[in-house]
Amino acid sequence: MIRRKKKGAYDQYIKSSKSSLFAETMQRIWENPGARVGIVLLAVIVLACLFAPLVAPYGVNDMDIQNMFAGPSAQHLCGTDGMGRDLFTRLLYGGRYSLALGLCAAIFGSVAGTIIGSVAGYFGGKTETLIMRIMDIWSSLPSILLCILISAVLGSGFFNTVLALSVGNVPIGVRLIRGQILAERSREYLEAAESIKCSKISIMFRHLLPNVVSPVIVDATMGIGMTITMAAALSYIGLGVQPPTPEWGAMLADARTHILNYPHLIMFPGLIIALTVLAINLIGDGLRDAMDPKLRK
Amino acid sequence: MSLIEVRNLKKYFKVPAGLNHAVDDVSFTIEKGETLGVVGESGCGKSTLGRTMIRLQEATEGQIFLNGQDITHVKGRELDKIRDKMQIVFQDPYSSLNPRIRIESTIKEPLKHSGRFHGKAELQEEANRLMELVGIDERLRQSYPHELDGGRRQRVGIARALALNPEFIVCDEPVSALDVSIQAQVLNLLMDLQDQMGIAYMFVTHDLSVVRHISDHICVMYLGQLVEKAPAEELFAHTLHPYTKALLSAIPSTDIFHPMKRVRLKGEITSPINPEPGCRFAARCPYAKEECRQPQKLQEAEKNHYVSCCRLKEIS
Repeated sequence: MIRRKKKGAYDQYIKSSKSSLFAETMQRIWENPGARVGIVLLAVIVLACLFAPLVAPYGVNDMDIQNMFAGPSAQHLCGTDGMGRDLFTRLLYGGRYSLALGLCAAIFGSVAGTIIGSVAGYFGGKTETLIMRIMDIWSSLPSILLCILISAVLGSGFFNTVLALSVGNVPIGVRLIRGQILAERSREYLEAAESIKCSKISIMFRHLLPNVVSPVIVDATMGIGMTITMAAALSYIGLGVQPPTPEWGAMLADARTHILNYPHLIMFPGLIIALTVLAINLIGDGLRDAMDPKLRK
Repeated sequence: MSLIEVRNLKKYFKVPAGLNHAVDDVSFTIEKGETLGVVGESGCGKSTLGRTMIRLQEATEGQIFLNGQDITHVKGRELDKIRDKMQIVFQDPYSSLNPRIRIESTIKEPLKHSGRFHGKAELQEEANRLMELVGIDERLRQSYPHELDGGRRQRVGIARALALNPEFIVCDEPVSALDVSIQAQVLNLLMDLQDQMGIAYMFVTHDLSVVRHISDHICVMYLGQLVEKAPAEELFAHTLHPYTKALLSAIPSTDIFHPMKRVRLKGEITSPINPEPGCRFAARCPYAKEECRQPQKLQEAEKNHYVSCCRLKEIS
């Protein structure tokens, strides 16, 4: 009788742990108060930008000539710019570019870094030495310089900008993944995989990668925030997204001539960039804690 | 014909200081369905020997035969074929299972690679059969390794090794990471499986009581070389090599009224990197003389009992 009762309790425990690692991780992020604030904040920003046509009170290039350089009011929530365009509306539309740029560049950089890093870490030897020396040279150039160089050479389209923004992230991803793989390579489950006839590709991507990828995911998440500021910096110096397309950095650049007379023009884009980066970093912190295997029960 | 024959196998590792002679000129045979115990202290190359034999590491020199076929350098498809016949159970069940893969998938993976099963139903059936065979409860099938205790994990490791239906399994200290009560369970499981399926084992361990319990033959290794090789009972009854004597005298005794005479070894184990020719045990051997500097050979001292010691006659 007692035995059955005990067994029942164990069954319950096993059942409750059936959720996948992904679901478990998501749950743990949500339990982290900082990350929860980040998620809500980012969700509000992303949804508002995504549904900008529904949320925004005006068209993106509508000019209100009577109200140029107007301060914040009920009519224009964040005021208007030098051409009488509603700043709030433009922030929403601009967010689409900034967020998409940040996301694409962070993903692109990390994926490239992960692939190159896995090859270096798994195969080792001369391949590794070659790849790592190239990465050393690569990362010895300041990433902002690389970024400016590439967007100056390639021109300013969306994808060129993504490329320019992501190159700086590649060596970071490569180093992270390689370091993780070096630590993981001696583990016996890889030898086990080899002895049950898994191919090298399968060992690398099915067995090794899921066990080493979490720091890269965390890094990529943090990278989104970094990339958004970098995209803003690029637009600010006139590379990257071109006017009249609204983009947070480009809006800052536009506003800089009026910084003394009309500070709201620079305040609101600055504020939204700061808030977005803050939200993403909070999520990244939560993600790092959630993915730490030492905390896993 | 023996199931496995190892002939003058050598495995050297390049290290900054020179060549690490992890396995140096080792020869032995294993028959179908028998267990060869390999004992020796940490770092004597016993794990390396096991891994080299099943081709997880490349041999530096020498040959390995499986059913008479030289498998020392086979590649590709041929290598896959021998993997079907030779498997390994690892020492640490905490690191030998992929933490991100559910245990059922871990067991199904080799089944998929074996190509013997068609369709999901057949695969599932075989996976269920294997898990029942090694005693993994049905309700644990969807668990991740971190949810199981050491004994259960080791059962998963054994099921994975059995999945390809091998003739030979290298057991690389399969119970040394488990606590004693579970050690017995896992050992019994391994022996039951041997009775049922006629699998041959090479049982690598440093636990002498375990090795006596399950082995037919025992090899004693010291710094990459075999120093003594004999049937299990013979080795314990007529220990010949000074190193084996010291090793066996270290087995704890439960008889407090007749304390054992221990052979205490002095000095450190000598470096396996670029070792000098001659007996490697000489530096710690109480009987060592000038002639021990000559290269030693494994010679048959009694029937089936091989020892590598040139001073055997004088000391025994």
